[in-house]
Amino acid sequence: MSRIETTFARLKEQQRKALIPFITAGDPGLEVTVPLMRTLVEAGADVIELGVPFSDPMADGPVIQKACERALAAGTGLPDVLAMVREFRRGDDTTPVVLMGYLNPVECMGYERFAETCAEVGVDGVLLVDLPPEECDEIAPLFKERGVDLIFLVAPTTTEARISRIAEAASGYLYYVSLKGVTGSASLNVDEVAARVETIRNLAQLPIGVGFGIKDAQSARAVSRVADGVVVGSALVSQVAAHADDPMAMTAAVSEILAGMRAAMDKP
Amino acid sequence: MTQRPDYKAFPDQRGHFGRFGGRFVSETLMAALDELETMYRRLKDDPEFQADFDRDLAHYVGRPSPLYLAERWTEQLGGARIWLKREDLNHTGAHKVNNTIGQALLAKHMGKQRVIAETGAGQHGVASATVAARLGLECHVFMGEEDIRRQKLNVYRMKLLGADVIPVTSGSRTLKDAMNEAMRDWVTNVDDTFYIIGTVAGPHPYPMLVRDFQSVIGREAREQSLAQAGKLPDALVACVGGGSNAIGLFHPFLEDDGVAMYGVEAAGDGVETGRHAAPLSAGRPGVLHGNRTYLMEDDNGQIIETHSVSAGLDYPGVGPEHAWLKDIGRVNYVAADDTEALAAFREVTRVEGIMPALESAHALAYARKLAPTMGKDKDIIVNLSGRGDKDILTVAEIDGIHF
Repeated sequence: MSRIETTFARLKEQQRKALIPFITAGDPGLEVTVPLMRTLVEAGADVIELGVPFSDPMADGPVIQKACERALAAGTGLPDVLAMVREFRRGDDTTPVVLMGYLNPVECMGYERFAETCAEVGVDGVLLVDLPPEECDEIAPLFKERGVDLIFLVAPTTTEARISRIAEAASGYLYYVSLKGVTGSASLNVDEVAARVETIRNLAQLPIGVGFGIKDAQSARAVSRVADGVVVGSALVSQVAAHADDPMAMTAAVSEILAGMRAAMDKP
Repeated sequence: MTQRPDYKAFPDQRGHFGRFGGRFVSETLMAALDELETMYRRLKDDPEFQADFDRDLAHYVGRPSPLYLAERWTEQLGGARIWLKREDLNHTGAHKVNNTIGQALLAKHMGKQRVIAETGAGQHGVASATVAARLGLECHVFMGEEDIRRQKLNVYRMKLLGADVIPVTSGSRTLKDAMNEAMRDWVTNVDDTFYIIGTVAGPHPYPMLVRDFQSVIGREAREQSLAQAGKLPDALVACVGGGSNAIGLFHPFLEDDGVAMYGVEAAGDGVETGRHAAPLSAGRPGVLHGNRTYLMEDDNGQIIETHSVSAGLDYPGVGPEHAWLKDIGRVNYVAADDTEALAAFREVTRVEGIMPALESAHALAYARKLAPTMGKDKDIIVNLSGRGDKDILTVAEIDGIHF
């Protein structure tokens, strides 16, 4: 079983939901990321989504755009991100790591080399925001034969026919985008999310993570009642930005938010 | 030579031109693109829609635009006859309006009351604001902060037309970032918003529909050449940023094997300096703004900044159909640098009394080199895609004159 499968199976048994924090690799500097990943695990993360910085993050709001700019200014490239995962794996062989980003850096590295390196360093899943199932014929088998999950987004606008198609191409989990908008947008409507998650459940067997618009312990708890996983990104990344010059304060702030979410989610 | 492809069969059903094109966007936009494609495929063969489009082009844009024989310039260069396709005479001063008329009609049919657009030099923004004013649509134009500073007149023009100009402060603060921001707006307001993309790039079906709307240029030029020169031209020359004026001229001639085609990119300070905007000449295939095409990127696949005296060519990608036409060898892609473009700008202004846009001046700069290598019985059509009024301040600044 893959790390992602094992994690969701364990959580299901414990009747808990996955807490999935997102941070941008290399933000604000390359040396920050691996220690921050370990902090995330200590604070209760079940899966880590590690953002691969890109010059043109079209689906992201201002918080993650700025994170990409800081990471790129620090010189973070895709090979560096893969090296971070290798380093992280030296102390953690159980927490799944999913790379989340845009297709072009992957195209530039080459699909085969990227898939090979992912498998080698211990990346468990890859979510490429601008790669819909229609365009994945070339890359999907390369991941599949190496046991790396290809994770896809489902949106509020996705038709039922497309949900089935996406579920067929996806493995690991599905990422439901809770609102029409970019990352870090206003607030989600839990009732709407619940209804959509129910629809997805009827069409797909995979666990469902929900992201975009989860800001605090309260919204994390509400979403955890209806989904299998809660993804939180901008709320953490804005703390990284606020404490960019003070790693201790950054660690404390990120821990506090995540631990608060964990507690709220686990409370019966 | 291998068999000629059936150019009219491209893009394929999934929006691919060979290995280029496609639909690389986040999931939220997939349904909107499907909806747009379905509507467009239905309307493009609808006689009523075509009649509306043709009528607007005739009475609002002022088409057909003339095909003008540049006699003095031809004589001076001493080679092939040079004909100028006068898109500069269109309403709003460039070819851009052909496309915004078409997309605004689509928006109306789809019941969208709000339109958004990205703009670099401001020509597409002005053309979008213009059609929005005419149809009473709410219009928001995204423009890089850096471009707003460079193109104050067009910014004010858009505001006079009732558009809201939104400064983009992310990334390099130019056209590519404006396009990112327009995409973000579209994702957020997808239910009531139509995104008017200004060039033959972006996710399928945009490269196809923008090409179809701009192909009026080539259809007219073909007829006009037969009527005025008594034959098809021997060569076509057009500048390529995203590539909409070039594809508009080229497309109706693709099956005419005897017609050579030259797409002229912006070499900026020179392709060899790295400070340019010539992805077909010096870039690599990659994925940006919803399609696979040639891009200017660094070794890690990050998009890099472009440089050109002409803001309209200052874009790190290019339409996917151009990428394909390059790979199959049907079109020759070349480049003209800032100095050559400025020299052509001045020369055509003085010799023909026509002041070209700096974008179009890149095409003229290449024609100036090409004409003397061809016989006097040969004909070249250059797409004069826009007029140079908007560039007067830029040229004055280069001359050291400040108003």
